[in-house]
Amino acid sequence: MNEALLRSLTPSVLGILVRRGADFAAAEDAVQDALVEAVRVWPADPPRDAKGWLVTVAWRRFLDATRADAARRRREDRVDAEAEAGPTPATDDTLQLYFLCAHPSLTPASAVALTLRAVGGLTTRQIADAYLVPEATMGQRISRAKRTVSGVRFDRPGDVATVLRVLYLVFNEGYSGDVDLSAEAIRLTRQLAAAIDHPEVAGLLALMLLHHARRATRTTPDGSLVPLAEQDRGRWDTASIAEGVGILQAALARDRLGEFQAQAAIAALHADAPTAGETDWVQIVEWYDELTRLTDSPVVRLNRAVAVGEADGPRAGLAALAALDDSLPRHTAVAAYLHERDGDLTTAARLYAEAAGRAPNLAERAHLTRQAARLNARRPH
Amino acid sequence: MAKYLLLKHYRGAPAPANNVPMHRWTPEEVTAHIRYMQDFAARLEGTGEFVDAQALAPEGTFVRYDGEGRPPVTDGPFAETKDLIAGWMMIDVDSHERAVELAGELSAAPGADGKPIHEWIELRPFMAAPPTITE
Repeated sequence: MNEALLRSLTPSVLGILVRRGADFAAAEDAVQDALVEAVRVWPADPPRDAKGWLVTVAWRRFLDATRADAARRRREDRVDAEAEAGPTPATDDTLQLYFLCAHPSLTPASAVALTLRAVGGLTTRQIADAYLVPEATMGQRISRAKRTVSGVRFDRPGDVATVLRVLYLVFNEGYSGDVDLSAEAIRLTRQLAAAIDHPEVAGLLALMLLHHARRATRTTPDGSLVPLAEQDRGRWDTASIAEGVGILQAALARDRLGEFQAQAAIAALHADAPTAGETDWVQIVEWYDELTRLTDSPVVRLNRAVAVGEADGPRAGLAALAALDDSLPRHTAVAAYLHERDGDLTTAARLYAEAAGRAPNLAERAHLTRQAARLNARRPH
Repeated sequence: MAKYLLLKHYRGAPAPANNVPMHRWTPEEVTAHIRYMQDFAARLEGTGEFVDAQALAPEGTFVRYDGEGRPPVTDGPFAETKDLIAGWMMIDVDSHERAVELAGELSAAPGADGKPIHEWIELRPFMAAPPTITE
């Protein structure tokens, strides 16, 4: 049984049912029934047209379920008539699913779960494992999400920015359990990029590919963080970098800049540098200036201060940092780094220890504690 | 089998014997400490005694319902007398003796100069469901 094939077909089968007028939750149930049937029947009797088989079975299941409820009969007749409207490209249906699953009426957590379920074809258990919550909790989250969007009609395109935000959330969850959410996010964004022509979709795909290319070198086998400057560049995935840069250049050529393209441009400049010392920090600062114009996010300004510190020296970096709210996440860590580069090791050690206390995860805390320890270990206890 | 919670404290526990703050260790000592904890958990997975472990952030807030229509009362950040949990590990073991033994091992995690911290670990049994009457 080819699980990858089933997962790749799921969104378009679901999309077709919904386009024919099936209620989202009912369509989802019907498609799941069809998948179970496929697992049972296909090994002995493989279909010639897998997708057609799934659509037929799922639609029959949907009609059966609908007929069971007398109140739904009239709606069934109505949507049955609509089904004769003619063929539509499969990619179009999948695209509608992306918009539905990222609908603004959903919370980000629900949108992510529904996207992974409906577009990604992951099981509830796989999604629950990835988010470290009980399967029952994730099942409820998905059911509520389905109910929330069940009245939404598929008649106009949604907001691409919302879909991209959801996919980026999935990407940033990274890897846990047996599902690699970063790889899954890349797969879904590829699918989206094939279905829709939009520079920011390309920008996000490029950004994901460029980040993903460095992933193996970002931590040691025991989970310790490796800073960018110390990563083994020989182990970066050059094919992924080349693909990301190509996609980015095509997007930038269309002259409709957005924040994902700008972030991807920064990632590309890092990926391009043969050594950390050869990084083009001046150009990176220029991209951060663009990004600040596009988003005006405090986190972007913080990252810009780091880049300024590299391009114009630690004093300039500290001056840029002084303009920012010191309660920002990682503000103290950045200050520690810039003070160390400026030669003030006592202040740097104190700030690294303080930053460790505020770190949002264990890997960062351990990394910052080691930085403080490295500077403190130069002096006797 | 009985479940126990092993609690590490940021503060509130008695001072350990080898009381050097982590950022005063060498980076190698920090790494050795973390590896000890990871190996400990991995070994308990192997013996079937590990349930779960999580670290907690140093900041916390107390919140209390204070009547209809009133904002909740909080008294965080923590006052200096207050106990503060750093993280916990849940184990499922055959006996209280085994739980004490494991808490002792966790307390022996290496710190400065590679010597055990002698950190105080709080051991708390879980409330269990009433036993099924079989007689």
